[in-house]
Amino acid sequence: MAEPKRPSLAVWKFASCDGCQLSLLDCEDELLALAGAVDIAYFAEASSTLRPGPYDVSLVEGSITTEADAQRIHQVRASSRTLIAIGACAIAGGIQALRNFADVGDYISAVYASPKYISTLATSTPIAAHVKVDLELRGCPINKDELLEVISALLAGRKPGIAEESVCVACKRRGTTCVMVARGTPCLGPVTHAGCGAICPAYGRGCYGCYGPAEQANTAALSAQWRRLGADRRSIHLAFRTFNAAAEPFRRESDAHGHEDHPA
Amino acid sequence: MATKTIRLEYLTRVEGEGSLVLDVREGRVEDVRLSIFEPPRFFEAFLRGRAAAEAPDLTARICGICPVAYQMSAVHAVESAFGIEVGGQLRALRRLLYCGEWIESHALHIVMLHAPDFLGFPDVIAMAGAHGEAVRRGLKLKQAGNALLKLLGGREVHPVNVRVGGFYRVPTSGELTALRPALAEAREHAVALARWVGGFSFPDVGRDYEFVALRHVDEYPMNEGRLVSNRGLDIAVAGFEAAFEERHVAYSTALQSVLRERGHYLVGPLARFNLNHDRLDEGVLALAAELGLRPGCGNPFRSIVARAVEVLYAVDEALRIIDAYVPPREASVRVEARAGVGMACTEAPRGILYHRYRIDADGGIVEARIVPPTSQNQATIEDDVRLVATRGIDLPEEELREQCERAIRNHDPCISCSTHFLRLEVRRR
Repeated sequence: MAEPKRPSLAVWKFASCDGCQLSLLDCEDELLALAGAVDIAYFAEASSTLRPGPYDVSLVEGSITTEADAQRIHQVRASSRTLIAIGACAIAGGIQALRNFADVGDYISAVYASPKYISTLATSTPIAAHVKVDLELRGCPINKDELLEVISALLAGRKPGIAEESVCVACKRRGTTCVMVARGTPCLGPVTHAGCGAICPAYGRGCYGCYGPAEQANTAALSAQWRRLGADRRSIHLAFRTFNAAAEPFRRESDAHGHEDHPA
Repeated sequence: MATKTIRLEYLTRVEGEGSLVLDVREGRVEDVRLSIFEPPRFFEAFLRGRAAAEAPDLTARICGICPVAYQMSAVHAVESAFGIEVGGQLRALRRLLYCGEWIESHALHIVMLHAPDFLGFPDVIAMAGAHGEAVRRGLKLKQAGNALLKLLGGREVHPVNVRVGGFYRVPTSGELTALRPALAEAREHAVALARWVGGFSFPDVGRDYEFVALRHVDEYPMNEGRLVSNRGLDIAVAGFEAAFEERHVAYSTALQSVLRERGHYLVGPLARFNLNHDRLDEGVLALAAELGLRPGCGNPFRSIVARAVEVLYAVDEALRIIDAYVPPREASVRVEARAGVGMACTEAPRGILYHRYRIDADGGIVEARIVPPTSQNQATIEDDVRLVATRGIDLPEEELREQCERAIRNHDPCISCSTHFLRLEVRRR
């Protein structure tokens, strides 16, 4: 009897740090089993064998920051049955979306001696701004257990059981004493999407929002609480302007606390 | 003479994306250009105006493979600007965290990215069939390194627990001791893996590199030391920018770093080993000698052996730190911002990583400079490719291409760090 054909998996990189795709290689216990269950057809960071599509599942890491990448993402979409955006870069534009609030010309000359050699877009945009995305897996970086769950669910044809609540809820469930209530430490947990495992409060620091905005996040109420704890406008502005700065609820809230420009 | 152009879509099994162009005219290699097309992400630009306290979390995002290196260089540079010293057990914990990253990153490179080159496989999964035990050992080692990162950092990629002044939370003695059995087992895997790697066949290539690494008074270098080379460089880290120059070439988004006086140089495990072998203990040195890795080694293909030797060192060092651990009363020293400039260089798995910050009186970053290891090795990697391609000029295209890729992978280039996208193009004219 012929073996059933294994679904093919492809991994793509756009502007990013490689950390989300590394999560796949960080599945030390499951990697060989995974390779048995899916046909890893295209994963440049891990294999020299790069097979042409179409692919059943594509994992896309990174944001769109160049004209060439804005073209390439359409080819990826066309060759993928299911496209999953993984991580804050792919979902919100990442930390490199800070350029969206600045003058990219100034950014280029701050880093490069010969700005004319550099070709880049003025903005860093998420994958969904360019093509249809079937599923988004949050995080900077993503959680490898959630990634395995998404792949397993796809293989089984069921809905993946990944976090949907806020870090605040996950933190309560973990049994961590609230850092904001008990210690007065400003925390983004109430407005941040869960999935990380509520690590920061368990390590005695406030959540810094790397999984992006939770559903119906009341950022204004949280900012008011931060003010009561003594946080100034600038620190609230900066807290919302990190790895998910371009995600709408965070963008709005950071704008509400000033548009401090970078010093010239 | 026939004109021929070969293209390879991506250079694979490297972190990030780039391309290589090889110009061959009448059987001679005329030009080699390692291009890094990684889209610029402008860290040094957006760091201006951020709080210095954010530098470790923000710069970690330059690289998902070596975030601890970025965090370590960032905190040490900011602390230097603030005039803070972090010593005792907090210093030891930072070294332990770095051991975790060295083990994890080196095991990843050795088993998943590099060993398939020596054994003729396209990837680790294909290699696992014939070399199952070695692959499982490598994965176990990687896991042991990641366990350190997870405990001390909160998670493996982009740890959350590092801050200017120390940590947010320090582990209990029990938490650290719990890692001991896995590390003791990892030690056996490290020795076996190193012997497996030492048995590979290495192309007979020798180059007269200028090696650059940190050197510490009594330790194998990680977070501190002077910058030294085998050609007489011996300077404090604050002198980095006076001694090294970053150049911007048209074909790459990564800046190339050169020694102002002498040009190209090499950083990373081979450089560290050659300049600091006398800081290794007898057990590690004996293993290096058994595997034929001798001080002064200039064969880039043997860098995988140096990497394996460093894995053993990092496992031993982790065990030593755990055994000597007494939980400090405070997780962090007191931090007070002041205006100033701070520089730091630490040994990322791939070599020295330099950070400089100019900070204002409110603790805001005014200017930032970051020089990652791969930009420092970029010119030397081109030289290696030139040498390997010259030797293999008559090889069939496919083999020549393979040799060039291997010459690049020897140095575990982290292209994401340097800035993306490696495509190999051989132009024969």
